[in-house]
Amino acid sequence: MARASKAKAQSGRGSDTGVTGRDQLLKYYRDMLLIRRFEERAGQLYGMGLIGGFCHLYIGQEAIAVGMEAIRKPGDQIITGYRDHGHMLAAGMESREVMAELTGRSGGSSKGKGGSMHMFSTEAGFYGGHGIVGAQVSLGTGLALANKYKQNGNVAFAYFGDGAANQGQVYESFNMAELWDLPVVYVIENNQYAMGTSIERSASETRLHKRGISFQIPGEEVDGMDVEAVAAAGLKAAEHARSGNGPYILEMKTYRYRGHSMSDPAKYRTKEEVDEVKKTRDPIDHLREKLDAAKVTEDELKKIDAEVKAIVADAAEFARTSPEPDPSELYTDVYLEAAE
Amino acid sequence: MTDILMPALSPTMEEGTLAKWHVKQGDTVKAGDVIAEIETDKATMEVEAVDEGVISAILVEAGTEGVKVNTPIAQLDGEEGSAAAPKAEAPAEAPKQEAAGDPEKKPAEEAKPQPEGEGPAPVVAKVALKDPEIPAGAKMVKITVRDALRDAMAEEMRRDETVFLMGEEVAQYQGAYKVSRDLLQEFGDRRVIDTPITEHGFAGLGVGAAMAGLKPIVEFMTWNFGMQAIDQIINSAAKTLYMSGGQIKSSIVFRGPNGAASRVGAQHSQDYSAWYGQVPGLKVVAPYDAADAKGLLKAAIRDPNPVVFLEHEMMYGVEFEIPEVEDWIVPIGKAKVRREGKDVTLTAHSRMVGLALKAAEELAAEGIEAEVIDLRTIRPLDHETIVESVKKTNRLVSCEEGWGPMGVGAEVVARVIEHAFDYLDAPPLRVHQEDVPLPYAANLEALSLPSVDKIVKAAKAVSYK
Repeated sequence: MARASKAKAQSGRGSDTGVTGRDQLLKYYRDMLLIRRFEERAGQLYGMGLIGGFCHLYIGQEAIAVGMEAIRKPGDQIITGYRDHGHMLAAGMESREVMAELTGRSGGSSKGKGGSMHMFSTEAGFYGGHGIVGAQVSLGTGLALANKYKQNGNVAFAYFGDGAANQGQVYESFNMAELWDLPVVYVIENNQYAMGTSIERSASETRLHKRGISFQIPGEEVDGMDVEAVAAAGLKAAEHARSGNGPYILEMKTYRYRGHSMSDPAKYRTKEEVDEVKKTRDPIDHLREKLDAAKVTEDELKKIDAEVKAIVADAAEFARTSPEPDPSELYTDVYLEAAE
Repeated sequence: MTDILMPALSPTMEEGTLAKWHVKQGDTVKAGDVIAEIETDKATMEVEAVDEGVISAILVEAGTEGVKVNTPIAQLDGEEGSAAAPKAEAPAEAPKQEAAGDPEKKPAEEAKPQPEGEGPAPVVAKVALKDPEIPAGAKMVKITVRDALRDAMAEEMRRDETVFLMGEEVAQYQGAYKVSRDLLQEFGDRRVIDTPITEHGFAGLGVGAAMAGLKPIVEFMTWNFGMQAIDQIINSAAKTLYMSGGQIKSSIVFRGPNGAASRVGAQHSQDYSAWYGQVPGLKVVAPYDAADAKGLLKAAIRDPNPVVFLEHEMMYGVEFEIPEVEDWIVPIGKAKVRREGKDVTLTAHSRMVGLALKAAEELAAEGIEAEVIDLRTIRPLDHETIVESVKKTNRLVSCEEGWGPMGVGAEVVARVIEHAFDYLDAPPLRVHQEDVPLPYAANLEALSLPSVDKIVKAAKAVSYK
């Protein structure tokens, strides 16, 4: 694959996302609230034994999936790791099919055969949902390779955490992505803890947006708790990648409120630390201030609250009542029939 | 009124201590508020409210131990709409667990795996599988395995624009073993891509591109280096179709030389047939001659599933006759009887087929007629052909270059025992590499690898001669 001239154009700077329209603000609010309420309900269903195995909640990180979705174009792909529920909802997958996959039912997006960490929707451009830390970075770079091969003008968004940022294949992928100018945006969701290990205890360079320097990949730090900041940075990065300049790294500074997974008591951090973030940096509270400034009324928000509540209640009910997959599904989807 | 239930904190938790209440009767709570703390032997966790409302009753006092999961611990008077919250009876609808230790309670019988390792899903309709007919008068031409592989890739790249080749030294260098000779010249650097030395990464890129609808051929300079990428081959390529409920396919070929070359030492000499042969979702092919190398590689590239294609360095330069016909395709999943015989069945794949054929000649000189079966495909394994042969010969020797334990031979023998136990006149024997990392010293290497001699000895042993 030939390498384009390295005289890279400046891209995206000064895009017009500084002032977000009222409707967009309301959409941000709705989508972030949906993720939060969905995840709270997932936590509850887990507690009731309806969801098994591992279940990693996205609460606290909502602004990233929602802000990035605002700048995604049709055909652009998303791929992420195991903390994936928020991304799927933001990408437009139905709450019902996501929740029913969590409960392992036939109505789930993978017919109950994937589970929390393994969901996909080609329709929504969502390529998983991957349980091996870092694997999605190579796969996402491959999606970008396909975009360049097909010259379809699409960008792949590969999400990973501060933990995955230490995996070797991430850097193998960085190298090839820049070498071949692949249209990929690497979105690092730095929630500061790789399971129980803080970034200070695991990374020699904690400023993860600098991890592309030795590959000549530009990167920047973004307030991942501010949905507008996320969208603005996302747009700039996507334009950079889309116009043939190769990959871009966005380090989203964020925080997860819950444990790594449901069974994590999160003893590696203090309650005060968590409370402080919730009190001062919560992405939804933060947005509410902007909604107030945009003269959004309490009634309008209440209507959204009620809508979200109904969607989540309906999803939970569907996920409880959708039947388990038919035993005949055990041996389906292992192989595709060869055409000839 | 909604019951708040004792939550499970982990998949294995059955009960816990209600350590502390953060709310009391009459308190108003909203979603996300911490209402209680639960302790198990492993951890303390907070319980959050999922609905808003007023705590109308505390049913389990703080400090109570042994509270079973899903016991109502408090009641919540919800606001409008909270009626949709899960009710206390919900657990009754939870997926029914198989009663552990209850032999009467079997999994649904429809799901019972069949004795065959491949299960009921017809990976390939074996009965229908046939090698292509060679038309009468078709010209036979001599070609090396190397060029047969090259031609297969070139033909498929001409036929399908989404097929491309990536790997180390595949383009400008023309292939470390010259298997991709001239492909760059014909197809350009968009479709013949030199990668950095980064197997894990480029295998992942290949699978990602396959998920996006392309048909990559990923070349590993040797399968030994492919071990760096085994996670992407198994966890991403093989399993995603299943995990996505059939949505995401990975039509991709991983190929390169496999097995022991000559005097390259332990790290560069290993047969991965058994390793990949174990993984559902993968097809595994290991051809012997040029016709199969070409026909099977073309089939692998067209196959909608991920295919592990195991070549052999020692075979690249060997010439075979191949019919000069258009679109020579050999079906994956069909073994081939390379030599007919009535006294003993020898199974082999890849380079070992040549050794088995030679052994059969020596055995014939001593009056033992060996039937030689070239497995060709390791997964799905065509045990029908093997079983049919053993029913005739009543004796079996499996030959492989890899290690014996848990090996291809172990699987062949198990299938024969499952399907033709009563036909066996002697315990089957396995010929394989000795159970050591392959040594470098010429004499030790020879001692370690399977040989014609070892096959002849084994065949005589099962024939009690």
